Amino acid sequence: MRRILGRLMQMVGTLIGVSFLTFCLTWLAPGDPVSMLLETADTVVSAELVEQTRHDLGLDQPFLVQYVNWAGGVLHGDMGMSYSAKKPVVDKLLEGFAGTLLLAIVTIIFVLIISLPLGIWSAVKRNKLPDYIVRGLSFIGVSMPSFWIGLLLLYFFGLKLRLFPIAQSEVTAAGIVLPALTLAIYMSSKYMRQVRTVILEELNHDYVVGARARGLSETTILWKHVLPNAILPLITLLGMSIGWLLGGVAVIEMVFSWPGIGNMAVRAISMRDYPLIEGFVLWIAIVYMVINLLVDMSYSWLDPRLKKEAR
Amino acid sequence: MAHTKTFSHGHGVSNVNMDINMDVDSNLMSRIKANKQFSIYSALVVLIILVAIFAPWLAPQDPLVGEMKNALQMPSAEHLLGTDKMGRDTLSRIICGTQTSLFMTICLVVLVAVVGTFVGTMAGYFGGKIEMVLMRFTDMMLSFPGIVLAIAIAGIMGGSVINTILALCVVSWAKYARLVRSLVLKIRNQDFITAAQLCGTSTRMIIWQHILPNTLPMVVITAAMDIGTMMMEIAGLSFLGFGAQPPTPEWGLMLNEGRQYIQTAPWLMVYPGMAIFIVVAIFNLWGDSLRDILDPRQT
Repeated sequence: MRRILGRLMQMVGTLIGVSFLTFCLTWLAPGDPVSMLLETADTVVSAELVEQTRHDLGLDQPFLVQYVNWAGGVLHGDMGMSYSAKKPVVDKLLEGFAGTLLLAIVTIIFVLIISLPLGIWSAVKRNKLPDYIVRGLSFIGVSMPSFWIGLLLLYFFGLKLRLFPIAQSEVTAAGIVLPALTLAIYMSSKYMRQVRTVILEELNHDYVVGARARGLSETTILWKHVLPNAILPLITLLGMSIGWLLGGVAVIEMVFSWPGIGNMAVRAISMRDYPLIEGFVLWIAIVYMVINLLVDMSYSWLDPRLKKEAR
Repeated sequence: MAHTKTFSHGHGVSNVNMDINMDVDSNLMSRIKANKQFSIYSALVVLIILVAIFAPWLAPQDPLVGEMKNALQMPSAEHLLGTDKMGRDTLSRIICGTQTSLFMTICLVVLVAVVGTFVGTMAGYFGGKIEMVLMRFTDMMLSFPGIVLAIAIAGIMGGSVINTILALCVVSWAKYARLVRSLVLKIRNQDFITAAQLCGTSTRMIIWQHILPNTLPMVVITAAMDIGTMMMEIAGLSFLGFGAQPPTPEWGLMLNEGRQYIQTAPWLMVYPGMAIFIVVAIFNLWGDSLRDILDPRQT
């Protein structure tokens, strides 16, 4: 309990730090959001109007006052209004996040389907042909930029074979396959190797030798003894990648025009929609840290021995 | 977190044991010679560097100038990898892109290593309040998906070569600070440092003469292994439009431009991506074999 409290305190500190950093950036940045806003709204820009808008948005106040006002709003669940969409930032974030979350879930399923069997196979057949193939694939995957994988899949499956739509603004079942597959290929290349390492480590333990001495079949040893023990590190590794998935997929969302939070953020940046950018960074930070915390907490639930040690 | 670190293959800084440095120096050269793979990969790395340096002379045509009447031509004898929307030769742009990418990556890796080493050394050597503040800051940067912040920074400051490097540096130095601090903590309490202190050697001299040389090998290895990843992150930012700006020949940017012509001119997105893939793969192989030489226990 105390450990979790400590973690929560640290999280709050990080959130304040990260949001302050982003706030500084928007303050230092070249380009004026007010004129950008007025130009997109097709109004004739006059000096009075600029001043008036600046005042309405609170941009004429000192920097620290702006930050404190904003942070106070965030505590009440109000992240301000998006300049470009004229909607509350919270609504925009949730809208985009729904798309990203769906993509993340499908990706994780793909990753598990691809990398668990391959990783285990490679560990069991260590230093034989299957192992070399899996390691080779994993190496190729790690060295390919994810957006290039996306473009290639888009070209072959979307344009040449016409199996999947090439761009969508709506969330559809067929449309999710390619972006999820792209992310899954990229993630699996890392995860496969990690699965292999974890399983190999388990296979080295004495209990495996003992089980072999008792004459148990290799399949039984693998499924009944090794895998249950390997689950804990495997979950940790997967949990950390979920955080990455929710935050770092802007590039892939852009390739496939997927209506997710990363795509939204990229557009917000080019529109100089500062409240939306600040909200985005803060939101990703929260989600990422909460997931890591949950993964950490799941240890003691999955492995009660750790609870005893913590006491 | 300590529990998870052991598994982060390839990027975990903690799994290369530093004690190895001490006894490895004597037979390092012989092990490098014995390792054929490393020689091959090093040769390839040198080849890439040579291509980057001599790019303007190697490129068959000017990467920045094209004739509009040649726009979007298929690969042919005259233009081996085709031309882009401005009629510029793709092969020439890819060759010159080596220079841009390698230059940006090396600047970034060096900058990150220097900043990380500085913070880590300060924290590790002086301890106390300085350490607490610096390490809190480091932990903050580590507990957050860096690429999100990098996109925000590069995007808000406006895309350019320098801003991309700065943005990625801001989010990447923390790993090095952690590594260097842990190394410094081990060295700081050894007898030769105490002896130097007793002799009245100035703090600056101790850090320059005794601490830094002992942390350098690990920092260099980690940096070498990071080159591939950094190169991809730079290309990713450029692909989003927050990195190098047109008409600079840069692979990520070329992919972004080629994306719009995926239907009519697929060569524009195939070849620049392949260039990134090949160069990143070579640097990854090189980094891995470098680690194998310095830490043979790791498979």
